[in-house]
Amino acid sequence: MKLIKSIIKPFKLEDVKEALSEIGIEGMTVIEAKGFGRQKGHTEIYRGSEYTIDFLPKVVIEVAVPDDIADKVIDTIVKAAKTEKIGDGKIFVIPIEQAVRIRTGEQGEVAL
Amino acid sequence: MALLPFLSAQDGQPTEIGSADATILASETAPAQVDEEEATLDSGNTAWMLTATALVLFMTLPGLALFYGGLVQSKNVLSVLMHCFAIACLASMVWFAVGYSLSLTSGSEWIGGTEAFFLQHLSADSLNGDHPETVWIMFQMTFAIITPALIVGAFVERIKFSAVLLFSALWLIVVYCPVCYWVWGGGWLAEKGVIDFAGGIVVHATAGASALTLAAMLGRRQGFPKSLKPPHNPGMVMTGAAMLWVGWFGFNAGSAAAADTSAGMAMLVTHLSAATASLVWMLVEWRSTGKPGLVGIVTGMVAGLATITPASGSVGPLGAIIIGASAGIICYYACGFIKEKLGIDDSLDVAAVHGVGGILGTLLVSYLGWKGELGGLGINTESWTDQLIVQAQGCLAAIALSVVATYIIVKVVSALTSGIRVSEEDETKGLDQAAHGENGYSLS
Repeated sequence: MKLIKSIIKPFKLEDVKEALSEIGIEGMTVIEAKGFGRQKGHTEIYRGSEYTIDFLPKVVIEVAVPDDIADKVIDTIVKAAKTEKIGDGKIFVIPIEQAVRIRTGEQGEVAL
Repeated sequence: MALLPFLSAQDGQPTEIGSADATILASETAPAQVDEEEATLDSGNTAWMLTATALVLFMTLPGLALFYGGLVQSKNVLSVLMHCFAIACLASMVWFAVGYSLSLTSGSEWIGGTEAFFLQHLSADSLNGDHPETVWIMFQMTFAIITPALIVGAFVERIKFSAVLLFSALWLIVVYCPVCYWVWGGGWLAEKGVIDFAGGIVVHATAGASALTLAAMLGRRQGFPKSLKPPHNPGMVMTGAAMLWVGWFGFNAGSAAAADTSAGMAMLVTHLSAATASLVWMLVEWRSTGKPGLVGIVTGMVAGLATITPASGSVGPLGAIIIGASAGIICYYACGFIKEKLGIDDSLDVAAVHGVGGILGTLLVSYLGWKGELGGLGINTESWTDQLIVQAQGCLAAIALSVVATYIIVKVVSALTSGIRVSEEDETKGLDQAAHGENGYSLS
């Protein structure tokens, strides 16, 4: 099992969600986040004074999937979230040790 | 001058409070008639003054509070709302106890009398001109509320709450009351014939000069000017600003102290100046930063309103457009000048917008209102330059008192509160939690 954690541009959230639904992904967790990478921040100007905004709004999508479809999920996310401009985000893939469905107590891939 | 119905424009002497011969008078264009008949209540004028009073209170609560609240960081939003609200309550107490008496009842050349302390002179049927004196006390009280509340913009995000209360109360007595008396209560500036229809000197110049002095003494916020956080809620800023615009009709048109042509003209020129200044500010900002911002356009509006305030009883529509355009340009550059060139963290630009605007309007009215050549009710003086000198004297006197008195009051308050500034730790935490134990935005 893999946890696929994608940090994307907020306006791409709908596209990614749709694309994942199309390949049969039935659940995900979305977190509103802030951060920066090579894109750095930007400046805003109020009443002529410049303000530097270091942390830009991002969305983190977490999807837990069986190992065999992980690559397909990653490809789908990359395709849907890409704008080819700086700041498109990153995907991290983390191995999952155990998964439990709280309602039934089922464990392992059936719990995903 | 029209602000003071019981003051004769010719001899400058206020009559006894609520006395039988207190009569309606007029503005510069219609010199006082000494009415021998007993003053009677005019229900139309009274109805308008009741309404205008409510409008001016609405400017502070919640207008100014929201305008300022949206401009600070989210961790300080409640402290700013709290400052405005508490000042409104406290200023009301001061006005009741000593403020009205010192500001608007007959006294010496420099300060009003003491007979109306705690409003002990007042009876239910006391009249001020043709409306109840109770309404006049309330109307003027709302001005005494908003003026110290304007100064909040200078000290947000870093001042002790106890210092806010002490400073505001003392400031009202030591700065606002005397200047109000000089200009509107029959004091030395009134006798010189200074024109300040609704408070360019009394409200905006005093607040602006005091704000700058206080901000310089208090010091800059953490991170000023390089790594400051931007306004946390520009939508709230616009909401509050829009309330200020509406309330300003009570402020300026109410200062006619009657439901008459002067009030109508004041409303028209107030609106035109606000709209012009908003657009001009937006264009200047668009040109110099590349983008027209919401915070910019609404700040332009406030500048336009502050600038037309002293002139709103004298100028016509064309004068209002010129005043609005000047406000949009000059106040915009004043913001940068004070923060970048002087390096003073007058955080929400009280001096640049209100101070500079109020003074600008006070000076411009001498020419733009002269003889009513550009429309409006006009000023009837020999030459506009003579009037300009009187106007400048008024501004300088108000600024001088504001700066000196603010300096002394801050020293006193600082001694009483062992420093008016919060600890670095509290400033980082935010005043909402540190000073008030509350939180503006909870996620659950």
